[in-house]
Amino acid sequence: MWDYIKLVALGLIAIFAAIAANFAHDVAYQVHAFLILVVATVMFIISLRRTGDIRAPAPAGEYFDSVIRYGVVATAFWGVVGFLAGTFIASQLAFPSLNFEWAQGYMNFGRLRPLHTSAVIFAFGGNALIATSFYVVQRTSAARLWGGNLAWFVFWGYNLFIVLAATGYILGSTQSKEYAEPEWYVDLWLTIVWLAYLAVFLGTILNRKEKHIYVANWFYLSFIVTVAMLHVFNNISIPVSIFGSKSVQVFSGVQDAMTQWWYGHNAVGFFLTAGFLGMMYYFVPKQAERPVYSYKLSIIHFWALIFLYIWAGPHHLHYTALPDWASTLGMIFSIMLWMPSWGGMINGLMTLSGAWDKLRTDPIIRMMVISVGFYGMSTFEGPMMSIRSVNSLSHYTDWTIGHVHSGALGWNGMITFGALYFLVPRLWHRERIYSLSLVSWHFWLATIGIILYAASMWVSGIMEGLMWREVDANGFLVNSFADTVAAKFPMNVVRAVGGAMYLTGALIMCFNLWKTVTSVGAKAPAGAAIPAE
Amino acid sequence: MSTYDTLRHFADSWMLLFLVLVFLGVIVWAFRPGSRKDQDEAATAIFRNEHSPARDAADAAEKEATQ
Repeated sequence: MWDYIKLVALGLIAIFAAIAANFAHDVAYQVHAFLILVVATVMFIISLRRTGDIRAPAPAGEYFDSVIRYGVVATAFWGVVGFLAGTFIASQLAFPSLNFEWAQGYMNFGRLRPLHTSAVIFAFGGNALIATSFYVVQRTSAARLWGGNLAWFVFWGYNLFIVLAATGYILGSTQSKEYAEPEWYVDLWLTIVWLAYLAVFLGTILNRKEKHIYVANWFYLSFIVTVAMLHVFNNISIPVSIFGSKSVQVFSGVQDAMTQWWYGHNAVGFFLTAGFLGMMYYFVPKQAERPVYSYKLSIIHFWALIFLYIWAGPHHLHYTALPDWASTLGMIFSIMLWMPSWGGMINGLMTLSGAWDKLRTDPIIRMMVISVGFYGMSTFEGPMMSIRSVNSLSHYTDWTIGHVHSGALGWNGMITFGALYFLVPRLWHRERIYSLSLVSWHFWLATIGIILYAASMWVSGIMEGLMWREVDANGFLVNSFADTVAAKFPMNVVRAVGGAMYLTGALIMCFNLWKTVTSVGAKAPAGAAIPAE
Repeated sequence: MSTYDTLRHFADSWMLLFLVLVFLGVIVWAFRPGSRKDQDEAATAIFRNEHSPARDAADAAEKEATQ
């Protein structure tokens, strides 16, 4: 019965996509309609060929790991795509002639910038979060993923969302909200996928055989629930036509700005922080082979973090039409975030107490530790930059970009790399990572790359901020905008070099993981030759 | 009073009090006497059930990681 419903649904989607492609008002929508037509048709044919097959029931005595293997591959792939896009647009800023004349309107900075941010945050980070959350929730609940093939739907559905978003940006479909650029139909699709993700995750937790819900799952769950809420409220819009990508936001003016930055900052707080803290609370203790330093602290860390983060958004809107009391509120909550952030960092780092020697021998734990270190650094810098008077210097300058990248490359990137190095040998049943010295190469290339990136952007940003506010004795501005652009050139080059080093490290990782799967001997089945204790 | 004012006053009085009490409750809960055993059990969950799901709760608590 289910097979037939699926066939009918896929058929209807394919027909509607064909009609939509025919009546499309703009190129992005037309390309997307064709893409959905192809996807739905291919899935229709596959489903048709399988209809009526008798399928073996899912093995209840095993974890559902195949979808996680796909997630790991997708994470590495999108990581390289996102870092490449970032390195390219960093080079465009240093050398504007890289905005090629022949690619004008498709590959210029304005089109590629959202492609880069979405590729690294949602494609690389999102796939990493989905894959690791599926891994962690099964192991800590001692239960197989709930919902059978629903996990496959989440994986493929999410990656379809990414392809739709990325092609949309190149073709000019955007609602111009930072980190929420995709247009209405892509948003609707993500909502469906995200609810399925919530169902799989929550279903597994409800099925758990362990008494407690491990703290990592609390973080993952808060990330899934909050992102669902943020995504829905920030994307309330009315499409101009059902056959076009353009939509109009329901909120307007400062209300829209506030909703956008409530969303935007919590995308950082819940997607890039809470979700990745879930990774930290599982992978750091596992790699260190000792339980988390203080479970009490982790409980307080969790509740304090989610109670405070949700209010921090208004600090993006200092000196705007937003009332002062609101931006002061955002600023104060941002400063209070110092406490849980550093509490969490200390908890992660102190997990290694008594095992610090591992840092010398294990480059994977080194990667995780530096990631937690960068978490501490960028969560110190962030609240500082949210203070109104500091913000008046830092806002709209490269300092902000430097801050974001010390968090994204240092914290999110490094913990994800650590998790990938942890996961690949286990998921493909290999004895070990192919080469630890290549992990070390990756570690140093990435670390030095981040340092070049962050340091050049600090210098560039503070210089820019000071140049913009410099006035002469008569009160006239000293510098034109173009003066600051010219002065930033050396820093822009250093930034591009830092990005290229980070990208090189990621390529080395891909090679290392590939060789781990193909060239390292299979791990003997657990317990095969272990004498009775 | 407008809806905005009503909600605003509710948010910065009773709701604020409620959320602060919830938060304090969490801290008391984490530090309650006898919580150590539960927390140790939760903290070591990552070292059990590494390779396969458990049949039931007793099985889950027993299985140690076999690496």
